[in-house]
Amino acid sequence: MSATAVAPRLQVLRQRRLTVLLALLAAVFVAIVLSITIGSKSVPLPDAWHALTAPTGTENDIVIRSLRIPRTALGILAGIALGVAGALMQGHTRNPLADPGLLGVTQGAAFAMVSSIILLGASSLLAYIWFGLAGALVASVAVFALGMVGGRGGPTPVTLALAGTAVSALLYALTSAIVLLDEQAMDVFRFWQAGSIASRGSDVVWQVLPFIVVGLVLAMVNAPGLNALSLGEDVARSLGQNIARTRTVGIAAVTLLSGASVAACGSLAFVGLIVPHLVRPLSGTDHRWLLPYSGLVGAALLLLADVIGRVVAPPGELEVGVVLALLGAPFFVALVRRRKPVRL
Amino acid sequence: MTALPLRVAGLSWRVRLRGVAVTLTGLVLLVLLMALNMRIGELRMSLSDVVAGTFDVDSATHFVIMELRLPRALTGALVGAALALSGAIIQSIARNPLASPEILGVTTGASVTVVAGVVASGSAYGGTSGLLATLGIPALALAGGLIGAAVVYGLAWRRGLDGYRLVLVGIGVAAVFTNVKFWLLTVGDVNDTGRAMVWISGSLNGRGWEHVTPTALALVVLVPLTLLGTRSLDALRFGDDTITALGVRTNLARALMILAAVLLAAVATASAGPIAFVALASPQIALRLTRSAQPPLLCSAVVGAVLTAAADLIARTAFSPLELPVGIVTAVLGAPYLIHLIWRSRK
Repeated sequence: MSATAVAPRLQVLRQRRLTVLLALLAAVFVAIVLSITIGSKSVPLPDAWHALTAPTGTENDIVIRSLRIPRTALGILAGIALGVAGALMQGHTRNPLADPGLLGVTQGAAFAMVSSIILLGASSLLAYIWFGLAGALVASVAVFALGMVGGRGGPTPVTLALAGTAVSALLYALTSAIVLLDEQAMDVFRFWQAGSIASRGSDVVWQVLPFIVVGLVLAMVNAPGLNALSLGEDVARSLGQNIARTRTVGIAAVTLLSGASVAACGSLAFVGLIVPHLVRPLSGTDHRWLLPYSGLVGAALLLLADVIGRVVAPPGELEVGVVLALLGAPFFVALVRRRKPVRL
Repeated sequence: MTALPLRVAGLSWRVRLRGVAVTLTGLVLLVLLMALNMRIGELRMSLSDVVAGTFDVDSATHFVIMELRLPRALTGALVGAALALSGAIIQSIARNPLASPEILGVTTGASVTVVAGVVASGSAYGGTSGLLATLGIPALALAGGLIGAAVVYGLAWRRGLDGYRLVLVGIGVAAVFTNVKFWLLTVGDVNDTGRAMVWISGSLNGRGWEHVTPTALALVVLVPLTLLGTRSLDALRFGDDTITALGVRTNLARALMILAAVLLAAVATASAGPIAFVALASPQIALRLTRSAQPPLLCSAVVGAVLTAAADLIARTAFSPLELPVGIVTAVLGAPYLIHLIWRSRK
């Protein structure tokens, strides 16, 4: 193909990418509006605007400012974090099934939380979150270290996945042993395990925000290196890539992103797993686009799932983790069946 | 490689001496563990007490051995063997070391139905202690396991069966079951939740002869059938194209082997709950011990039985008088061993 034919095609591609980006931003915006206005008490749009701009302490103002906004903010943060983490993890492990559960992050957080209850008497949500975060970080570092031991070129997809499964199973067993001995730990664990962004409060949002921001920055820094790595380690090396550094930055980003969201919201299955599969047809394999798209789709998906959970079973609510699984799985199965899955 | 040809009734296998040695060693270990399981418990007995008690029908030790310890130990060993065999078949077919009955929807499906049953019946009906415990839970587990597998298999089938697609679909369905299970756990009373947790951790507490029989029957029928299917399984690792060229009827052979794997796992889960890690780890351990290319079926089963028997011994005694669910011990034991294997294989 001649150079003159390539230039207009690049132009078209760039325009298409920007259009998709705008469409995804619009989708997230719609999801935010829905998340703020719909619930067990529906708030009309003008009232919502009133609560945001000039609150005077009406009932609607209080509902929106103290419940809906923190909940929506946490949904956005967790959705972005899990979407990006899933895309990064799938890129690094070259495993289309990779998600935060795989690397032991979820179970690491769960184990740290329940042991903090039984050993240290922790009893506030904020305390659980700090322990959960620490547990998530330690577990994923352990899995990666385990996958690397003895190897030269970094962990292979299979050893990493095996290491993740092993560490997850071990931590889950220890967690079960604790919750079987302690009723309070069981009560915290079962609600955390179902996955929810409800009644977390704005202090939780502020606690996890820095971790997620740093994680996102690292993820974007990692994107070009990951592109080179996906050509194979030998090609990447011949292109002058520092493979060890790219891997390290990637795993740091995954750990921060998924650790923070898992600690705050519990196990939210499927966001990290399914979002990159949804996004790849739109973005192609270039991680500089795949990652931001995945973040936006993740946020929209999480918020919409949460809204559905609020209206589907009145007067109660269905935890967002459950809705995500019920929504995500048929989609995922359809995706798998429609064509041969992308082999990374 | 030391291998001997073995021919029985027109069929032939290449018997590898290393595999035979490992399997026999495993069997010896299993017998030793069973003997220990008879001796150790709240009432400690010497081996001669055990032997005497077994034949003295009127003694108290006879009751302890024949009604409490032996059926429990046998259930453990049989369930372990069935799960491991199931895992070995599935890992060979999916060509994926991470595949297990969990991927096929068996254990996760069973967990959902059992938790639903426990939560729905609640404490008002005596929770899991009444009729539900003896008949209801195994029946629910068996039904849930078979339904789960049917869902996964049905969704993964598309003009044939691709091992890769099977694993993907399995992951998806397992995630739904798991999350529904989590949700059910939040709905129930915390006491019922606790009882359900013991079952979904995989427990051998209070298992009797009624749990031994179905698992034993399943093994007696299915082990010979799966061994007959080994040869088509051996061919599977060369890929679909080669198999078609070799003339093995791939889809039929695979469907039958998967059916066997599902039945084994479902019966095992109905007896003792989803005992973690045995199905996943045993074939991998057997694979490395025998240094073969595929998880060896018979040897995997023996490894699974040994692993489960050892784990139950620990579960009964480690925190005595408190009994842990055996599934917690299998995971705590099995996981580091798998970690060790990964580590060693990287050097």
